Amino acid sequence: MDKRKVKFLIGSLIVVVSIAWIGFSSFDESLAYYKTVDELKAMNHNAYGKRLRVAGNVVAGSIERTSSAINFKLEQKGEILPIRYVGKDLLPDTFKDGAQALAEGHLVRNGEFEATKIQAKCASKYEATYGNVGKK
Amino acid sequence: MEVIVSNIGQFCLLFAFCLSCYAMVASFLGGKVGHRRLVDTAERSMVAVCVLVTLTVCTLWYELNVGNFSLQYVASHSNRAMPWYYKIGALWGGQEGSLVFWCWILSIYSLVTVLLNRKKNRTLMPYVVMAISMVSTFFLLLNNFVANPFDLIGVSRAGGPAMPFAPMDGNGLNPALQYWAMVIHPPILYTGYVGFTVPFAFAVAALITRELDEEWIRTTRRWMMVPWLFQGTGILLGAKWAYVVLGWGGYWSWDPVENASLMPWLTGTAFLHSVIMQERKGMMKVWNMILILSTFLLCIFGTFLTRSGIVSSVHAFAQSPIGPYFTGFLLLLLSLSLYLLLTRLDSLKSENRLDSVVSRESSFMFNNLILLATGFAVLWGTLFPIISEALQGEKRSVGPLFFNKINIPVGLFLLFLTGVGPLLAWRKTSFRSLQKNFTLPVVLSLVMGLIFFTFGMRHFYSTVCLMLSVFVVCTIISEFHRGANARRKQGEGYLESLWILTFRNTRRYGGYIVHLGMVCLFVGLAGAGFNKEAQKEMVPGDSLSLGKYTLTLEQIKSANNANYQSATALMTVYKDGTLVDTLLPERRYYKTSDTATTEVALRSGLNEDLYLVFSGIEKDNSKPVFHAYLNPLVSWVWIGGIIFVLGTVICLIPSKQGMARSKVSEKVEVEELAKA
Repeated sequence: MDKRKVKFLIGSLIVVVSIAWIGFSSFDESLAYYKTVDELKAMNHNAYGKRLRVAGNVVAGSIERTSSAINFKLEQKGEILPIRYVGKDLLPDTFKDGAQALAEGHLVRNGEFEATKIQAKCASKYEATYGNVGKK
Repeated sequence: MEVIVSNIGQFCLLFAFCLSCYAMVASFLGGKVGHRRLVDTAERSMVAVCVLVTLTVCTLWYELNVGNFSLQYVASHSNRAMPWYYKIGALWGGQEGSLVFWCWILSIYSLVTVLLNRKKNRTLMPYVVMAISMVSTFFLLLNNFVANPFDLIGVSRAGGPAMPFAPMDGNGLNPALQYWAMVIHPPILYTGYVGFTVPFAFAVAALITRELDEEWIRTTRRWMMVPWLFQGTGILLGAKWAYVVLGWGGYWSWDPVENASLMPWLTGTAFLHSVIMQERKGMMKVWNMILILSTFLLCIFGTFLTRSGIVSSVHAFAQSPIGPYFTGFLLLLLSLSLYLLLTRLDSLKSENRLDSVVSRESSFMFNNLILLATGFAVLWGTLFPIISEALQGEKRSVGPLFFNKINIPVGLFLLFLTGVGPLLAWRKTSFRSLQKNFTLPVVLSLVMGLIFFTFGMRHFYSTVCLMLSVFVVCTIISEFHRGANARRKQGEGYLESLWILTFRNTRRYGGYIVHLGMVCLFVGLAGAGFNKEAQKEMVPGDSLSLGKYTLTLEQIKSANNANYQSATALMTVYKDGTLVDTLLPERRYYKTSDTATTEVALRSGLNEDLYLVFSGIEKDNSKPVFHAYLNPLVSWVWIGGIIFVLGTVICLIPSKQGMARSKVSEKVEVEELAKA
C-alpha cells in the first residue's frame, strides 16, 4: 500500500473513531427504557433508578393542574400508574382524556412516576368513531 | 352519482395495476430480446397508467368534496364544515389516500421520463421502465388490495357481514394539519421521496446493461437533483409547520418520521458531491452506485417507517396491515440491488487514484464520509428501539440528546469542509495557495469570534458555528469576486460579470449559492443556543417579561363558527419600554374531532422571534396560562431554505461550461488555479 493511501486511511479513521466516540459517550446518557404501564408494574423494584419512557392511555378525568405540577394517571391493560408532571414544557394539545401518552422520567419511592417530558400522540390518522353505530 | 364516480375510481385503480404489471414484464422482455415495439407498448402503458391514476385522484377529490361519507376514507378525513383547500389536502391526510398520491406522483415522473427519453438513452430505457413499473406495481397492489381508498364503511375486506352505511358527517381532517404549509408540505416531500425512484431505475438499468459510461451518470445526476430539491424543501416546510403550528417553540425534534425524511436527503447530498468525482476523474464508481441504491431504499424504508407504526412517533400513524408488504418489498429491492452490484463490480473499476490528502478529491471523500456517518447515526438512533428489543428483549430508545450530541460536531465539521473544499485544487494543493486563499477568511472569522466573546457569548457550539459561517461566507464571496474580477478585465461591469459568470457555469456557482443557503441554515441553528422562555398564569392587566420584552395581557375574546370555538388573547408587546406590537395567540376547540389546538402568535425578525402560546386554562382558578419563547436567529433557517432552492434551481439550468466539462478541461483549470 502506498503512503498516500495510508495517510488517507488514517484521516478517515480519525474521523470515524471520533464520531463513534461522541456517539457512544452520549448514548448511555440519552438511553431510556421504553415500557408500557403494565410492563413497568411487572418490573417491580427493578424499575427504580432507571430512566424510563412509559406509554399508556390517559385515564379520563384524571388530569389535575396544581400550582407546581400536573397530575394524571396512565392506564394500560388494567394497570394504572399515577404520574406527576414537573417539566417546564407546555403539554401538547393532543394530551387529553383517553389520549395515548408517553411520559419520560423516573419512578419515585411512593410508587408515583415523576415525568419531565410528556408526548401525546397527535393522531395523523385517528381511528374513526361514528357515534353509536357499531364499527367493523 | 357519487357511487358511479367511486366505481369509476375503483376501476381506474385496478386497470392501472394491470397495465403497470404489463409494462414491467413487456419492457423487460423487450429489452432482453431487443424488440423495440414491445418496449414501445410498455412505455405507452406507463403513459396510460398516468392517465388512469390521475382519474383515480380526481374521483377521490370529487368524493372528498361532495362528502360521500359512505366511503371509509372520506368519512375519516373530511367533513362538511371544512374549506375546499383542506378537502384537497385530505387526499394525503391518511394512509389510503397518501398511497394513491404516491402512485400519482410516480406515474407523473414515469410519464416525464418516458417523454424525455424517446430518443436518448435507448439501451437503458427498457430497464428504466421496468424498474419504475416494478415500484408502481407494488404501490398499486397495496392500493387495490390492502389499503383501498374506495372501501365502504362497514364492509370489511376480510368477508364478514356487509353492513354499509353513511354517517351524516365525517370526522374532518386533523385540525393540526389544517395549516397552509401542511397543504403543500406532503406533496412536496412526496415529490422528493418518489422522485428518487428515477435515479434508482437508471442505476438498475445501467447495471443490467453494463452501460456504465458517462452518459447515464449525467442523466442520473440531473434526475437526482430534482427530488433532492423537493425533499429538502419538504423537510424545511415540515419544520416550518412544526414551528408555527405545534406550539412547542422549536422546529426539529429528531422524531422517527423526521429522521426518515432526512436520511435519503443526506445520502442524496453525498451522491451529488461524489458524482463530481466520477464525472471528472472516473473515481468512486462503486461508491456512487451504492449511494443511489441506498437513497432509494431509504425512501421506501422511510415510507414504511411512517406508515407502519413500527416505531412510536408523534406522527402516530395507526398500526396498519401494510408493514409486512413493505418488509417484503424492501428485501426484494435490497437483494436485487446487491445482486446487480456484486455481479457488475468489474465494470465499475476506478480510473484514477488519490494523489494527496490535501486536495479537492480528498475533501469530497471526507464530505461523503461525514454525510454517511451522520446518516448512519440517525438510522441507528431511529432503529435502536427495534434493535434493542430484538437483541435484548427490552425496548430502549434514545432521545434528541443523542442525535444532537453526535450531529452538532459532525455538522460543524461539514460546515468547515463547505468552506475549505471548493478552494482546494484537484490532485494536490500547495501550501502557498492555501495561504493565499485562506488567510483572509481565517482572520475574519477569528476577529468575529473575538467580538462574539467580548459581547458575552459563551455557548461553545453556537460560537464556533457562527465563526465557521463567517469563514465559509468569506470563501464563497472570494470565489465570486475572483471570477468577476477576471471577467471585468475584458470590459464588463462588476455586477454584469457576476451574472454572466453564474450562468456560464451554473453547476459551480449554483453550488456555491446552495452552500450559502446552508450557511444561513447553520446560522439559524446556532441561534438555538441562546433560546429563552417563560411561562405564567395571567389575567387581563398582568405582565410577563422575557429578555427585553414585556408582554401585557389586555383582554380575552371568544368566538364561535361552524368548524371551531375559539378564545383569543390580546397581548401588547413592549420592547425596552416602547410599544412595538400586538400579538393575538389563540386557542381553538374543533367540534367534529373534539380536539383543542393552539394558534401560535409570532413576531418574527431577522435577529429574533418572539413566539407566544396560549397554553390553556388553569383548572383550579380558571386563569389563562401563557408560554413565551424568545428564539434568536430562527428566521435564518427559512432564509437559508429559500437560498437553497434558488441555488439548486440555478444548478439545474443547463450551461455550456457545466455540461461540456470533460476530463481534459480539468487540466486547464488546474493551471488556472495555479496561476491565481
